[in-house]
Amino acid sequence: MTELTKLSAAEIAGLVAAGETSAVEVTRAHLDRIAAVDDRVHAFLHVDSDGALAAARDVDARRAAGEELGPLAGVPVAVKDVLTTKGVPTTVGSKILEGWRPPYDSTIVQRLRAAGTVMLGKTNMDEFAMGSSTEYSAYGPTRNPWDTDRIPGGSGGGSAAALAAYEAPLAIGSDTGGSIRQPGAVTGTVGAKPTYGGTSRYGLVAFSSSLDTPGPCARTVLDAALLHEAIGGHDPRDSTSIPAPVPDVVAAAKRGATGDLTGVRLGVVSEFADEGVEPGVLAAFNESVDALTKLGAEIVEVSCPHFRYALPAYYLIAPSECSSNLARFDGVRFGLRVGDDGNRSLEEVMSVTREAGFGPEVKRRIMIGTYALSSGYYDAYYGQAQKVRTLITRDFTAAFERVDALISPTTPFVAFPLGARTSDPYQMYLADLFTSPTNLYGGPGISVPCGLSGGLPVGLQVMAPTMADDRMYRVAAALETAVGTLTPPEL
Amino acid sequence: MTTTLPAYDEVVARYEPVIGLETHVELGTNTKMFCGCPTDFGGEPNTRVCPVCLGLPGSLPVANKAAIEATIRIGLALNCSIAQWCRFARKNYFYPDMPKNFQISQYDEPLCVDGYLDVEVNGETVRIGIERVHLEEDTGKTLHVGGATGRIHGATESLVDYNRAGIPLVEIVTKPIPGSGALAPEVARAYVAELRDVIRSLGVSDVRMEEGSLRCDVNTSLNLPGEEWGTRTETKNVNSLRSVERAVRSEMLRQAAVLDAGGRITQETRHFHEESGDTTPGRSKETATDYRYFPEPDLVPLAPDPAWVAELKAELPELPRVHRRRLQQAWGLSDLDMQSVLNAGAVELIEATVAAGATPAAARKWWLGELSRRANETGVELADVGATPRQVAELQSLVDAGKLNDKLARTVLEGVVVGEGSPTEIMTNRGLEVVSDTGALTAAVDEAIAANPEIADKIRSGKVAAAGALVGAVMKTTRGQADAKTVRDLILQRLS
Ligand SMILES: [Zn+2]
Repeated sequence: MTELTKLSAAEIAGLVAAGETSAVEVTRAHLDRIAAVDDRVHAFLHVDSDGALAAARDVDARRAAGEELGPLAGVPVAVKDVLTTKGVPTTVGSKILEGWRPPYDSTIVQRLRAAGTVMLGKTNMDEFAMGSSTEYSAYGPTRNPWDTDRIPGGSGGGSAAALAAYEAPLAIGSDTGGSIRQPGAVTGTVGAKPTYGGTSRYGLVAFSSSLDTPGPCARTVLDAALLHEAIGGHDPRDSTSIPAPVPDVVAAAKRGATGDLTGVRLGVVSEFADEGVEPGVLAAFNESVDALTKLGAEIVEVSCPHFRYALPAYYLIAPSECSSNLARFDGVRFGLRVGDDGNRSLEEVMSVTREAGFGPEVKRRIMIGTYALSSGYYDAYYGQAQKVRTLITRDFTAAFERVDALISPTTPFVAFPLGARTSDPYQMYLADLFTSPTNLYGGPGISVPCGLSGGLPVGLQVMAPTMADDRMYRVAAALETAVGTLTPPEL
Repeated sequence: MTTTLPAYDEVVARYEPVIGLETHVELGTNTKMFCGCPTDFGGEPNTRVCPVCLGLPGSLPVANKAAIEATIRIGLALNCSIAQWCRFARKNYFYPDMPKNFQISQYDEPLCVDGYLDVEVNGETVRIGIERVHLEEDTGKTLHVGGATGRIHGATESLVDYNRAGIPLVEIVTKPIPGSGALAPEVARAYVAELRDVIRSLGVSDVRMEEGSLRCDVNTSLNLPGEEWGTRTETKNVNSLRSVERAVRSEMLRQAAVLDAGGRITQETRHFHEESGDTTPGRSKETATDYRYFPEPDLVPLAPDPAWVAELKAELPELPRVHRRRLQQAWGLSDLDMQSVLNAGAVELIEATVAAGATPAAARKWWLGELSRRANETGVELADVGATPRQVAELQSLVDAGKLNDKLARTVLEGVVVGEGSPTEIMTNRGLEVVSDTGALTAAVDEAIAANPEIADKIRSGKVAAAGALVGAVMKTTRGQADAKTVRDLILQRLS
């Protein structure tokens, strides 16, 4: 049974399709694994055993009836608690949604069901996806399976840890400033942020609407591509969804797996070198650059002078949008309601509910965003940040005229100990230093394991032009052939 | 109240009013602005809702193309420029009937800008500048239970119905309208009436003020001649044409009294009271919320294809003003006669009656006469008086065929408005048809001649005017069911 949990999604799907195992058997193996290790990892906020087994039985029945099933049929998947799941609790890691069971499925979850995957449950996250360590979850932190005294990254630490702990072969994350890629990097797994608009946000509880991007998490590049293909594509319910087919990411991953990058030009952003990258991370990155060169890639240094302003711009745009997006959590229609004792006015109940339901980091960002949007300050903060966004987009566009893709370390440091950065928000925000430019631009980025530093995983990020997600999969898959997948110590 | 007239004259002699109007029109699209829920009026509370219009976490808006098209058509009818690129914006404030605690609206990039609407006041054309026409979503409705005021403060319970939340709402804002002097209240009324007619002619809303599908806010300020415009107040939810006029007048009087006493006008929102006709202060604008507008990131910018806009423009129906001028000519009415038709709200009714076969003169006679009188008595709009243009045309055709005389026709019409059936049915059922059997009539005439030999002699000797007395006698014996002209002809024929 242990073996089933160590297989890739592609391998599991193959075994199920061939009838060598059943979806129920695979699902049971993963539920058993969760039962065995999740008290030490705390990747899950909610395990839906009954729903998972029912979905697995359905896949088995359809296969038995001779139906043709998709390439991920029967594969378990863990879903970040930011996506609505009909009838299954969705908390976004916040007390304010404790006990809420949405009346509808997000588009991503609908597509996961349609693909025959089996949803195991909902994974832990920083409250409202605001954080880089999953320590801001209202339900307690998730721990890194590589070292349970360390953080698994964030905000999607639950999804990444579930993969690294072999509790699930696939997971869904959402990336606003790095929340898929940075947890991928520090847990030695693969995390991809698709092009903004390439995956539907319908049913993704919004943090920052213009940045939020749901995407795939996996232990291999091919698995991530398979999941990307299953969930991607146009959704008429999301106006910002791009009406174009999903780039052929699976073919690109397979092509990259041949280990041949001849003719591929990769840009290294020179500005990132000054940005206080840990020596161990830098060493692993430089070795990977050598490896990519050996695979035939041409390495070019490119300048993106405005990337240094990405983090400040990000920390104005995301809080501004969040201050408005989170206004609906008022205790009137759903979720937590506090203070409705007959003595307080409706306005007071709304206020007391929000005071009790939101954690400190969420409040901090609502306050920053409210300030940045207020009249008299709008131009200086939100307006200015939007200008920076345009300049960063220009940097990317100019860079992609010279190179096919950009590479960088995913994050400046490896997994840090729990509690090490919670007292200093700025130190926490630095985790997104290399990932946030991509969100501001709207292009795709992927983190792929590129080595170890002090026994802890390091990730390399590949960034590609918008709607050229296939390029990053090719490069990541090629690097994977050179580095191999990273195996964490036994829990 | 009788003392306000002279005071008003003094006010307009001393001060110059500047008015402005903000009108909200609920569009008659099948579905809401950003989701697929139906928009029909009524329905149990919270039955026309979905995750989107309830603002549930994770839901996203998708703009209704029909609503965008309707807004562009309104903009074109109001001679506006249509933006080639514009965005929705979020207007942020907390209120329980707003599901998301922000309203999707438009801010500095409205869909239509810089137009005008010509309206007629006292036979003169006044051009009202249109600042902007934009599209937004309506809110739900809150019912505050308990407490003295029915407002949010002091209520023991609040109930919210989100059926209306998300219905597309078009906001039409005029430029400030100076220079109308004593006519300011009438200009305001004429503008709203004309706007209503324009929107109705486009078929994009039923624009019924009483049901709230057309809502009006009126801005008013006063200034001394030659000085800068005064501080304005905004009177909210003025919900009939008459109220628009009264609200402007009442606010002019109130502000004049404040200014006369050396006071200053506070920039504030005021509420209009239908019963008393005056206004009382609402929320003060000086402490108003900062709405923190920013472009709605969940929606893509609107970029109407210029070719499509040109097509919409070419397909606009004839505007009411042009249409009315054409009708006036076709009906051969003087300006004054046309004005009384307009004042009675009878243009479309007469037009439809003519279309159903009546002559313009006959149609006008019924609608402005008997039916207007009845509408006034019962306090309903003429269109709701109970008779349809088709019925009026049918009634007139019975008169033209000699089956009804004027008096009988009025009786039949009374039956029509209370719903007894079609004019023909009522005539038959009640036995009101004109006695046209000449045998019976001749007998009645002969009887009258025999009973009045002196009158008969007068007529024989050429005093034809005396026939009236004999006609009266015949009408009496036939209980009015004879055609007076036929009777007269018969009498003259028997006595010639
Ligand atoms: Zn709806």
